[in-house]
Amino acid sequence: MLSPVILIPALLNGLLTGAVYALVALGLTLIYGVLHIINFAHGALLTAAMFAAYFAFKVLGIDPYLSVFIIAPLFFAVGYALQRFVIGLASHGEDRNMLLVTLGLAVVIENALLFGFRGDTRTIDVPYAFQTIDLGFTYLAVPRLVGFVAVFVVALILWLIMSLTDIGRAIRAVAKEKLGAQLSGIDVAHVYAVTFGLGTACVAVAACLLMPTYYVNPGAGNAFVLIAFTIVVLGGMGSVPGAVLGGLMIGVVESLSSLFLGDSLGQVGIFLIFIAVLLVRPQGLFGANA
Amino acid sequence: MKSFAPIALVIAVLTAVPLLVHSNVVLNFLVVALMIALAGQGWNILGGYGGQYSFGHAIFFGTGAYVTAILQVQYGINAWLAFGAGIVAGAAVGVVVGWLAFRAGLRGSYFALVTLAFAEVLRILASVAPITGAGVGTLVKLDLRFAALQFESRALFYWLILALVAVALVVTYAVERSRFGAWLTAVRENEDAARALGVDAVAVKLGAMVISGAITAAAGCFYVQYFLFVDSHIAYGAWISVEALLTPIIGGAGTIFGPLVGALVVKALGEGALLVTGQAPGLDLVVFGIVLIAVVGLSPRGIVGLRQQLGARFGSRRGAGEASRG
Repeated sequence: MLSPVILIPALLNGLLTGAVYALVALGLTLIYGVLHIINFAHGALLTAAMFAAYFAFKVLGIDPYLSVFIIAPLFFAVGYALQRFVIGLASHGEDRNMLLVTLGLAVVIENALLFGFRGDTRTIDVPYAFQTIDLGFTYLAVPRLVGFVAVFVVALILWLIMSLTDIGRAIRAVAKEKLGAQLSGIDVAHVYAVTFGLGTACVAVAACLLMPTYYVNPGAGNAFVLIAFTIVVLGGMGSVPGAVLGGLMIGVVESLSSLFLGDSLGQVGIFLIFIAVLLVRPQGLFGANA
Repeated sequence: MKSFAPIALVIAVLTAVPLLVHSNVVLNFLVVALMIALAGQGWNILGGYGGQYSFGHAIFFGTGAYVTAILQVQYGINAWLAFGAGIVAGAAVGVVVGWLAFRAGLRGSYFALVTLAFAEVLRILASVAPITGAGVGTLVKLDLRFAALQFESRALFYWLILALVAVALVVTYAVERSRFGAWLTAVRENEDAARALGVDAVAVKLGAMVISGAITAAAGCFYVQYFLFVDSHIAYGAWISVEALLTPIIGGAGTIFGPLVGALVVKALGEGALLVTGQAPGLDLVVFGIVLIAVVGLSPRGIVGLRQQLGARFGSRRGAGEASRG
C-alpha cells in the first residue's frame, strides 16, 4: 500500500483536475438535458476555444483569466449560431441526424484548425503557471485551484439562470415537455440555440482555465471530451449536480489509477467505468429521470 | 432493390477496370476507396438498415487487422487462414459488444457512445500490449507470393478487394430481401412497435452487428495485407470509425450501393482537396465534414436517395409519395 504522503496529494490533485473535467461535462450535460442528443462537436469546440485563448494572449496580450470574459460570450454566440443555423436546420428534428451533424461539425472544426495552425503544440507562459500554495503536507497548484473555484461559480450562474430568468424557465419547460412548451408560445428553436450557446460557453470557460497550464493543438479537446462523456453518463445525462460530482469523481479515479497502473492504462480505468455504467446503469449514478 | 442485375453489372464493370487502366496511381486510389467502401458496407448493415449508429466501427476494422497481422507474424499461420480468422474475430467481437450493448437496452446517443468507448479502450490497450507490438506496431514481412496473400501487381489486390466488396453487396442484397432484413428495418423505424409485433429486437440487432462486424473486419484484414503494417492509431483510431460511417451516410444509408457510391465520392473529393491545396493536412477532412452535414441536411438518404428524390419530383405522383416517406 502507498503511504498517505503520496495518496493524499494524488487525491487532491485528482479533485482539482476533475473540476475542469466537470466544467467540460457541464456544457455537455446541459445540451443533453434539453436537446436529448450527445454533442459530438464538444471536444472540437473546446479546442477552438483554447486556440482563441491562446491567440488572445499571444496577439492581444490578454491573460486567459481576463479573456474568458470575452471568449465565453463569443462562444455563446458561436454555439447559438451553430444550433440555430446548422444543426437545427440540417437535422430536420431527428435525433440520429443531430448526432451525425455534430460529428460532422467536429470533423470540420478540428481539421480546419489543423489546416490553419498545423499540428504544432502550443503553450503560453503566464507568471503564475507554476505557483503553488503550501498546505504543510502538500502543495496545490494555483491555476488548478482557480479552476476548482470556477466550476462552482459557473454551476451557480447556470443554476441562477435556470431558476430566476424567463429564458431559464423556458429551457426547463422545453426539456420537460417540448410540445407543451411549443403550444404555450415558447420558441423552441430559440431555446435549443440558447441552450447550445450556454453549453458552448461552459466549454469556453474551461478552455480559458486550462490554457495557463495545458497545451493546445488541433486534437487537444478530444482527450477531455471522452472523459466528459464518461462524466455525463456517470452523473446522469442532463443532471448538472451529477456532472459536477461525476467530474470530481473521475478526476480522482484517473489520478489514483495513474498512480497504480501508469499513465496510459490510467485512461483505460476511466473507459471501463464508462462502459460498466452504460451497461449496468445507463441512467447514471445520480440520474433518475433518464 | 428488386433485381440482382444492377449488382452484377456494377461488379462486371469494376472488374474490367484494371484491364483498361494501368496507372498504379488510379488503381491505388480505387483499392483504398473500395477498402473504405467495404468498411462502410459493414456499417451500413447495422446503421443503415438497423438504425443503430455506431461511432466506433474501428472496433471491427482494428480487430480484423490485428488478428490477421498477429497470427502471421507471431504464430506463423498462413495469411489466407489469418485473413479468415480476422473476419471471424470481427464477428465474435460483434457478438460481445452487441450482446452487452443491446441487452442493456442502449439506443441512439447511448449506443453511439458505447461503441466509441469500446474503440477507445481497444486503442489504448493495443498501444501498450506487447502482443500488438505496443507503440511500435506490427510489421508483416514482405513476401510476394500467392500463398502469402501478397501480390506484386496492384491489379490482383484490386480484384481481391473487389471480390470482398462483391460478397458484401450480395450479403446486403440477401439481407434486404430476407425476413431478417424486414425485421431489421422495422426495428429501425420503430423499435417499440416492432417488439409489440413479436420481433425479437435484441436478437435482430445482434445478428446485424455480427454481419456488420465481419464485413468491416474484412476491410481491416485487407488493410494489413495491402500496407503490411498496423499500429493502434490505424487499427482503432477515430479515422476509420468516421470513414466507415461517412461513406454509407453520404452515399445513402440503408441502400445497397450507398457505401460504394459514398466511398468513391468521398475519396475523390478528398484527393481533389489535397490536390488543390498541395497536400496540406486537414482540408480533405474539412470537405468530408461539410459534405456530411450537407447530405444530412439536404438529402437524408444520401446520393442514391437524391436520385430517387429528384426522380420523384419530376416523375410520377406515386414516386413522390414514396420519397416523402423516406
